Amino acid sequence: MKSLILQTATRSLVAVMLLFSIFLLLRGHDEPGGGFIGGLVGAAAFALYAIAFDVQSARRMLGIRPQMMIAIGLAMAGGAGIISLLASEPYFAHLWYHTDIPGFGEIHLGTFLLFDIGVFLVVIGVTLLVILTLSEE
Amino acid sequence: MGILVAVLSGFLVALAAPWLTRWFGDRVGWVIALLPLSITIYLLTFIPDLADGGSVRYSIEWIPALNINLSFHVDGLGLVFALLISGIGTLIMLYGGGYLQGHHQLGRFYLYILMFMASMLGVVLADNIITFFVFFELTSLTSYLLIGFDHNASKSRYSARQALLVTGIGGQFLLVGLILLAIAGGGWEFSVLVDQADVIQDHALYVPIMFLILGGAFTKSAQVPFHFWLPGAMAAPTPVSAYLHSATMVKAGVYLMARINPTIGGTDLWQFVLVTFGAATMLLGAYLAVQRTDLKQLLAYTTVSSLGTLTLLIGIGTDVALKAAMVFLVVHSLYKGALFMVAGTIDHETGTRDIRVLGGLRKLMPITSIGAAVAALSMAGIPPLFGFIGKELVYEAVLDLDTFAIIIAVVAVVSNILMVVVAGITGIQPFIGEEKETPKHAHEAPASLYIGPLVLGTLSLVVGAIPALIDTSIMEPAVSAVAGQPVEVTLYIWHGVNAMLIMSIITVAVGVVVFMGRQQLRSVTNQTNLLAALGPEAIYAHLLAGLDWLSRTQTKIIQNGYLRFYFLTIIVVLVVSAIYPLMAYGNIQLAGDLSDVRIYEWVVVAIVLMSAIMAVRAQSRLAAVAALGIVGYGVATIYILYGAPDLAMTQILVETLTVILFVLVLYRLPQFATLSERGSRIRDAIIAGTGGLLMTLLVLVVSNERFYDSISQFHAEESYPSAFGRNVVNVILVDFRAIDTFGEIIVLAVAGIGVYALLRLRLWEDRSEEK
Repeated sequence: MKSLILQTATRSLVAVMLLFSIFLLLRGHDEPGGGFIGGLVGAAAFALYAIAFDVQSARRMLGIRPQMMIAIGLAMAGGAGIISLLASEPYFAHLWYHTDIPGFGEIHLGTFLLFDIGVFLVVIGVTLLVILTLSEE
Repeated sequence: MGILVAVLSGFLVALAAPWLTRWFGDRVGWVIALLPLSITIYLLTFIPDLADGGSVRYSIEWIPALNINLSFHVDGLGLVFALLISGIGTLIMLYGGGYLQGHHQLGRFYLYILMFMASMLGVVLADNIITFFVFFELTSLTSYLLIGFDHNASKSRYSARQALLVTGIGGQFLLVGLILLAIAGGGWEFSVLVDQADVIQDHALYVPIMFLILGGAFTKSAQVPFHFWLPGAMAAPTPVSAYLHSATMVKAGVYLMARINPTIGGTDLWQFVLVTFGAATMLLGAYLAVQRTDLKQLLAYTTVSSLGTLTLLIGIGTDVALKAAMVFLVVHSLYKGALFMVAGTIDHETGTRDIRVLGGLRKLMPITSIGAAVAALSMAGIPPLFGFIGKELVYEAVLDLDTFAIIIAVVAVVSNILMVVVAGITGIQPFIGEEKETPKHAHEAPASLYIGPLVLGTLSLVVGAIPALIDTSIMEPAVSAVAGQPVEVTLYIWHGVNAMLIMSIITVAVGVVVFMGRQQLRSVTNQTNLLAALGPEAIYAHLLAGLDWLSRTQTKIIQNGYLRFYFLTIIVVLVVSAIYPLMAYGNIQLAGDLSDVRIYEWVVVAIVLMSAIMAVRAQSRLAAVAALGIVGYGVATIYILYGAPDLAMTQILVETLTVILFVLVLYRLPQFATLSERGSRIRDAIIAGTGGLLMTLLVLVVSNERFYDSISQFHAEESYPSAFGRNVVNVILVDFRAIDTFGEIIVLAVAGIGVYALLRLRLWEDRSEEK
């Protein structure tokens, strides 16, 4: 049951959804969003692709096994805390880097972002692990 | 700083071990041995300081709020143990490379054994009692991995689990004992507690402290009735047995008793317990040893016996006894490590460890046979080997006892006679007599396999002949540390003719006679094997079977595989446990003010309610799923109306993905075959209704009552100033409560992998059915 309309729409939708998921991830600290929500949107994009085409293509587009994404995500989230430890701060006391980009405004970067990207990856990984495996069965 | 590096470097090199193995191939043993070798050399530099009565402390803060610091203390006792660990470790790293040459998991072997070595160094050098405990437990864990190294054999797995359970349970007692000790003594460092000995020994908690700590020491050092795990641990590769289960790990319990002796030792109770259990272990170990025909089993049971000897000596507690304990400790490590390596070499070369089919190997393996003979002579206590000095001191210590001296002396002599027999069986018999047919034709072993026994044998010989090499420099600080006061140690090989010498002569003479009649001895002692059915190992097996039965039964009842039953259980438990406190303490006000509720909010609520009813009454799955989806979106709408956009977005996304999941699963399932019976529907309705009512009441109570000030104020105020984020929800997730979030994503990952495993398991079964 492959629908040409769904496939055509999906091609452009997936790109928008993935961009949107990263947008949600990055704005999360100040506006509604964050790693968890962004991850769910990202996972939905791949799930849509898997439904419109097939699981194999979705896996090819992902380019990495979901298990690996989970592992990398956990390592990033846990590693964010370890960076603080190396700087003699308590675990997960985030480190900050502040800068001012002219015409753009103040930017706060920190290990929190590493942590949130970790959450993002774990959420995508787990959701896709379940959905893709289920649809293959 | 150097101490910290010496202890922790093992962990770092351990992590690199698999790569090192890949790079250096068969020669990796020689490379890895450099680490323990350099640690040994570093440790030797402490000798002049310690011989002058000094000691070295090094401490860095770890968890200061809990009084846990990474503190190390090098004194005489710690140094003797550390030298044995790193010195024998050097030989074992070499030996392991030869023994497991070409094994596809050699890298993993080095990973485990280096971690073990580092943990063991941590045990004997730690000053903080919690740090000590952490390393102590790490040795149990690494030992578990090493015993189960051959993880395809169920015997290995069973033995590994047995060792872990016995030493692990002992470890729990030990932890409680150590904490009570710290409370009683008002300090968390061994070096502080030792000055509080009087306070601790008069403390009301003294007896529980002593028994709890001994619980840890006795299980670790395989004292009766916990001795059975040690022979089981022989399922490990021989290098592991030689290292962990003779020279080092099993002595961690002995180390603990020696370390704690000046603090809680010396009382009548302490003496009674240690002497009783030590003597029993000493005799039983030796008795069980002579029945065996497997080289490693013989050595394992004599190790049990030797550990009993050490416990006995620490229990006696006089200066002579402590001197004997430290000397015998070194004696035993030298000869037992060597004999284990020889046993492994024989196994490696001939393909068997059964002493009944071994013989005449001296011509085929001349170098190994020299190492074996020297070690066996030391074990038998023949002068001028170090074993002779050790045995003389043991006899002197035993004769020194106030009470039961005769009984203990007889026990000691009998055990030592049996030791002489075992020394003959393991170190001499395989090499003499006629050459016999073995599964493999034996050749002299490669250098990596015979260097260990030769070096250890040479050491036994040299320090035996010239004990002045180590008596004041190494042994004296060690004995003083165990005694808690300076003790002079001078060792002589010749004491003149006295009671001890006569006992020694009797021991060796009777031992040789019994050795001649070893076959008869074996068949006679085998008669008592029937008693094993009542022994501690049988009890352990019964307990384990009982535990299995209990888990199976309760799993069958509580997790019967029906999702609806799980929900039923969860809701019933929740209702039952919450209803009493709610009624007793809750301030329920049903008449809320509803005038603020807008008309569109009513509409959303009405939609949610109607969809819920539809979901229940639906005749097809798809309808039910769709109705539930509407419930979810309705709730999300309420979140939006009440200003929680993050929550609403999450809810909507989760609903969407859930519907996708349902659809994926649904169209594979058959139609509803039967709808549930009227009776069970009514039951479910009542339970669901009660659950819902309870939640409603809880929400009302929670919004009425505040036991504590709300933390939201703090979060809202601090969000930007300290975490530079304006979205409070996200700041809480990634910053304020980051550890919670980390825990949650770990749970998520575990759940995902669990689902994956279940699905793949099904696939695999389907495939096997197709074939």
